[in-house]
Amino acid sequence: MKNEFRHIQTAHCENGVATSLLKYHGFDYMSEPLAFGMGSGLFYIHLPFLTISNGPAISYRTMPGWIFSRACKALGVKVHRKKFNSESAAQEYLDQKVKEGIPVGCQVGVFHLPYFPSEYRFHFNAHNLIVYGKENGKYMISDPVMENVTTLTEQELLKVRFAKGPLAPRGHIYYPEKFGEVSEKLLRKGIISGIKRNSRDMLYIPGNFAGVAGIKYTSRQIRGWREKLGERKSALYLGQIVRMQEEIGTGGGGFRFLYGAFLEQAGGILQNDQLTSVSEDFTKAGDLWRASAVQMARIYKGRLSEQKDYDESADMLLQIADIELEAFRKLNKMKLT
Amino acid sequence: MKKENLPQDKSALGDITREVCYVKNEEGKYTTDLSSGWEVKKDALDNAWTDINQRVEEARLAVKNGLVSPIQYYMELRLMDFPIICGYTGFWRMTIRRHMKPHVFKNLSDKKLLLYAQAFEVTLEELKNFKG
Repeated sequence: MKNEFRHIQTAHCENGVATSLLKYHGFDYMSEPLAFGMGSGLFYIHLPFLTISNGPAISYRTMPGWIFSRACKALGVKVHRKKFNSESAAQEYLDQKVKEGIPVGCQVGVFHLPYFPSEYRFHFNAHNLIVYGKENGKYMISDPVMENVTTLTEQELLKVRFAKGPLAPRGHIYYPEKFGEVSEKLLRKGIISGIKRNSRDMLYIPGNFAGVAGIKYTSRQIRGWREKLGERKSALYLGQIVRMQEEIGTGGGGFRFLYGAFLEQAGGILQNDQLTSVSEDFTKAGDLWRASAVQMARIYKGRLSEQKDYDESADMLLQIADIELEAFRKLNKMKLT
Repeated sequence: MKKENLPQDKSALGDITREVCYVKNEEGKYTTDLSSGWEVKKDALDNAWTDINQRVEEARLAVKNGLVSPIQYYMELRLMDFPIICGYTGFWRMTIRRHMKPHVFKNLSDKKLLLYAQAFEVTLEELKNFKG
């Protein structure tokens, strides 16, 4: 029932690890959009008062680790997870798994990851990759955001597995362990609960800075930035929004295209045309996110700098919030079987 | 986004890799395609780096003028903020703030300095003798 391990390049690292590992264990129908949708991956949050690398703390997706956990749970797969206090214990455990021939997911920090382009190496500690073998003292690495497989020395891998700071991985290693039956019924159920949970998260999460309300929160903030922070800093803030939204791993449009792809696949599997039509709404939202990025780019490139230009970006976000609100309301009300 | 509109601009990804994007094909169905980059986000990333380099330069000047200790300079150089440097050294934020004062830094033991040197990936000598 196990397949040979194959490197699959995906938009996002966590979806990629989920897809590759589940496929390896015989879930042939797994795809990145399915993992993302069943894991209720789409989200929006703008944490107030907090800054990350001197910019606003914004995320377009759910908490790191949750997508994989939820997708596995929906499919009746038990995930074994382990963290370590000592580096040598972490390496021993990994070597043991490699010897057993089990590909495992590892949480790593990006800052010391040697094969990453240096411009992208920030202190981000929730990146995921798969270790699927060891040859001549080097680990064979399948990093889902890279086109090809690569290798890391023992020391290099230890360093990134024990990166420090927020979300420190502490050698975090995980792999699917117990499996139920691979059935169509579970898949359908997983898709439906994924959609329902995602609409609940986006519509009804308390507080005004998360879910659809969070997009409006950012919109309000943008209007005040120029006055409050000055042109230089507010331009940097806009740049950070765009980076969070479009950087490697999002599939474009802040994961909205990825979710659109999921709904399209879900529509096919559940034979439901309504889902396919809501998929279009997310394509529209994704296109608008990208249009707003273009508008913001005009500001941080210094072509525009007036208050009305900031207002225009803020207005675009309101428009996006409306589209996503409508779309999730439709999903929330929809009867799915 | 339509497949033919997927940008293929030059970016920091260079020859290292291309990234997967979700796009619509001619029949209006979702598919994936590889992109080498997008100018809009390249500019955002470049801007962020300009800002980082500026902060490093400001910290260097501050060390030179005797206002702060090399710890602040290396923190900026290694893109670290307090939660990260606290994680690597095990010191509290308050303690690190103190160590950033030149007169406190001067009297730090090698044992403590070594923790910083390891976090910054420099030698003890480099850290001690950095004059800006």
